[in-house]
Amino acid sequence: MRDGVTPFVLDVKDLKTVFRTRGGEVHAVNNVSFTLKPGELLGVVGESGSGKSVTMMSLIRLLPMPPAEIRGGSVMFEGQDLARIPEEMMRAIRGARIGMVFQDPMTSLNPVFTVGYQIIEPLRTHMGLSKAQAATRAAELLDLVGIPDARRRLGDYPHQFSGGMRQRVMIAIALACDPKVLIADEPTTALDVTIQAQILELIKELRQKLGMAIVWITHDLGVIAGIADRVMVMYGGQVVEQAPVRELFANPQHPYTRMLLETVPHIRGERAAKLRVIQGQPPILSRAPDSCPFLARCPQAFDRCAHENPARFDVGPAHDAACFWDFKTGAKRDV
Amino acid sequence: MFDTSGAKKLVEVRDLTMHFPIRTGLLRRLTGSVKAVDGVSFDIYEGETLGLVGESGCGKSTCGRAILRLYDPTAGSIRLEGEEIAHAPFDKLRRLRPKMQMVFQDPQASLNPRMTVAGIIGEPLMEHTKLNAAKRLERIYELMDAVGLNREFANRYPHEFSGGQRQRIGIARALALNPKFIVCDEPIAALDVSIQAQVVNLLEELQDRLGLTYLFISHDLSMVRHIADRVAVMYLGRVVELAPRDALFADPMHPYTTALLSAVPEPDPASHDDAERIILQGDVPSPANPPKGCNFCTRCPRVMEICRQIDPVIREIAPGRHVACHLYAEDTHKTAAHAAQPTEV
Repeated sequence: MRDGVTPFVLDVKDLKTVFRTRGGEVHAVNNVSFTLKPGELLGVVGESGSGKSVTMMSLIRLLPMPPAEIRGGSVMFEGQDLARIPEEMMRAIRGARIGMVFQDPMTSLNPVFTVGYQIIEPLRTHMGLSKAQAATRAAELLDLVGIPDARRRLGDYPHQFSGGMRQRVMIAIALACDPKVLIADEPTTALDVTIQAQILELIKELRQKLGMAIVWITHDLGVIAGIADRVMVMYGGQVVEQAPVRELFANPQHPYTRMLLETVPHIRGERAAKLRVIQGQPPILSRAPDSCPFLARCPQAFDRCAHENPARFDVGPAHDAACFWDFKTGAKRDV
Repeated sequence: MFDTSGAKKLVEVRDLTMHFPIRTGLLRRLTGSVKAVDGVSFDIYEGETLGLVGESGCGKSTCGRAILRLYDPTAGSIRLEGEEIAHAPFDKLRRLRPKMQMVFQDPQASLNPRMTVAGIIGEPLMEHTKLNAAKRLERIYELMDAVGLNREFANRYPHEFSGGQRQRIGIARALALNPKFIVCDEPIAALDVSIQAQVVNLLEELQDRLGLTYLFISHDLSMVRHIADRVAVMYLGRVVELAPRDALFADPMHPYTTALLSAVPEPDPASHDDAERIILQGDVPSPANPPKGCNFCTRCPRVMEICRQIDPVIREIAPGRHVACHLYAEDTHKTAAHAAQPTEV
């Protein structure tokens, strides 16, 4: 592969992030490991507080430190460990080799600068382009993300764009330096469905044209089903299941994933009389887990789950789940 | 499924219009208006759930609030059990308030952080009933039981609860005066998926037990399909389609409804392969300056010449199915429309 040493563009191992607050520690990310292949779209699903955003923000070191602290693990990207390199090197990677798109385009764009200025900025900083070159490239980028009349709109301010258009601008900025990896954190959550459909279409198109790898964070299982190649489900700061998208939806092997898929109503097909409910609340992550995080809400739980945090077991080709219960045999796992 | 034929109309909304003035300049002169709700008519039958869907800015929340007279409507009529409330004076409204209540979107913002749960749920009782303290507490406990909150939490403050529990407090408050009609304005939008199901099931259970009538405002079409008996679709201040739930989701008639439904991603990877997705171009026009003719004409994939000239009126074109679209305007058009309609699910 392109990297020579590894077939992965991103290889995260045992990442651990802790927030130190006055009320004590919050173990937001607990030994998260995952890989990303070139050109792949990895969907990360989970509820609020499951650690999906914090994981991604940790690996590009975009968290305020303190209170956040990366307590362990490695993040290999282009032969370097992002958890260890100095901040100046990180700055050269962030926004250039790794692009970011956030949830709310209104708060992530600076309202007092023109959109053109904000696209040109990374081009000048990271790629060393001249003003004129950068302006041309910026217009190309806006055109690429489907903003009509691109050159003229460079002079407009963020408030002159609609929500969907602003998100296109954010994508243009993220793509400006031709990143290898794009991290998209709930990029369509603040948008209406018809606008979301436009953005999803755009991303599919851009993937074909540019071929970058994408990490797509969302809580919307519908979006994930349509766009991801592989899905990672997070719960209580951990990865509980990981599989290719079709396998995950057809054959979920963690009780949380199974229940989550049943709680969402469908727009087509049969209509359930009553929605399946996951009783209880997500765990409070005040210390490093010594039991399964889903223990309190799990219908499958047995004594072992209370003493030991399950590792991720292989349950199929490229499919793993962190559960002591084996749904395939319908019995406890004897490992 | 809910049968409207023998049912009694609880709420009748006719030509409801809610315009907000735009004032500019030093003299704050009136220079225009935001036509948030622009001539909306529908009925809500006793015991049913009417889903009101649409994208942000389409006027669905304004509509719900205007029906409860949280705004003073610009024009139109709203009748609750036959009593006109659109322009009713304060005293009359106050007498009617216990019958109609609201559950808000953001349980964080709609609960006073300085009041205890008992205080919040008990406030409507203080205002509208003459219960003494002991009786009131008894009623508060009863309500907490009904929505699944532990009685021991009565003296806690909202911040001590999770989002789902806070929404339960909001629901208990809405139920305090035994209302007939509740407007639920995006009650689950701020909640996580696994918690959404808990709250929706609670709302359904309460409806069965207490015979409540809901106006359920939401942008989540799959959830509306789950909870609503009939569904009204709004676009830019107008109701473009109103139909029984199954009919609407199986066979949407208005081009906007069709596009809206096809834009919802299903949590099933296989469904994305063969999905003929209709991607609407562009954005919703500003409600301060809606287009001439049909409001949807700027984005409609099946726009005709007449759409840019004449605003279609909403008409019942099949039993219970109301559509505002020129495709169904006359019999000649109707056949043409159906012939041209792609056969899709």
